[in-house]
Amino acid sequence: MAWIDLANPTRFLRLVDRALPWLTALTVFAFAYALNGAFGAPDDYQQGATVKIMFIHVPAAWLGMFCWGMMTISALGTLVFRHPLADVAAKAAVPLGAAFTFVCLVTGALWGRPMWGTYWVWDARLTSVLVMFVMYLGLIALWRTVEDPTRAGRAAAILTLVGALNLPIIKFSVDWWNTLHQPASVVRVDGPAIHPSILIPLLAMTLAFTLLFVALHLAAMRNEILRRRVRTLRLLQAQGARGA
Amino acid sequence: MSSTELLGPHAVFIVASYAVTLLVAAGLILWVWLDHRRQVRVLAELEARGVRRRSAEPPPASATPPADPAAPVKETAA
Repeated sequence: MAWIDLANPTRFLRLVDRALPWLTALTVFAFAYALNGAFGAPDDYQQGATVKIMFIHVPAAWLGMFCWGMMTISALGTLVFRHPLADVAAKAAVPLGAAFTFVCLVTGALWGRPMWGTYWVWDARLTSVLVMFVMYLGLIALWRTVEDPTRAGRAAAILTLVGALNLPIIKFSVDWWNTLHQPASVVRVDGPAIHPSILIPLLAMTLAFTLLFVALHLAAMRNEILRRRVRTLRLLQAQGARGA
Repeated sequence: MSSTELLGPHAVFIVASYAVTLLVAAGLILWVWLDHRRQVRVLAELEARGVRRRSAEPPPASATPPADPAAPVKETAA
């Protein structure tokens, strides 16, 4: 099956129905393994047990950015390749990205209070992630405002491409500016700066979160395709009533 | 061993973080599940009223059956 075959919504729905149970089971197993590792990991010599917040803060931050990156690819799919499922994928991803960015901001604030002595500071990293969260909300509003999915998809795609400029700012904010937020500890030129006893549970939690996101995204795409069928049937019904 | 001893002096921040994450994840799962149930139900109602998408409609009776690609091609006199 070529990628282009997936462009057919009916074939895509059939694939999702088959894949979702397995993906759900895999996600549950991944979380069981990862949470066991996270709560078995040693305390940090400076931060003590609060380092356990990292096991949800970092994956949530990763997903907030991963989701926007994926929506950016979908935006190109909409604007350049006119792929029929591109804006379905983008629309289904927005609430998920907003939710995980929200988790990132809240767990960051809850981690900051005991470690920095404050819930919030207008630090370059925190501020740029907040900007991303606000743009997620803007996208949700945009999708809800424009009635026609095709026009909404095009407008959302343009906003997504503009918002993608924020991704490198988030990533490199800790290097470009003097920030309270620590620099990168995992994705670094000379390798992770975290001890394996904490790094492995962190990577496992990130994988589990990512599997959860993929499962939710496929399910949300399925819902969006069904929603558009409902809309089409209602239009046909209205035309039929008008014609009669 | 209470959670304070288990998770140190900042246990409340750790528990609150995991609680918020659990709430948001559960909310997403519930939203996706309920949304699916609603769309399936509305689709069933519409189809019960006989409203069909053009691609879902059976081909009209008058249409000639598609040529069987496996059937031998009959040589026609030039």
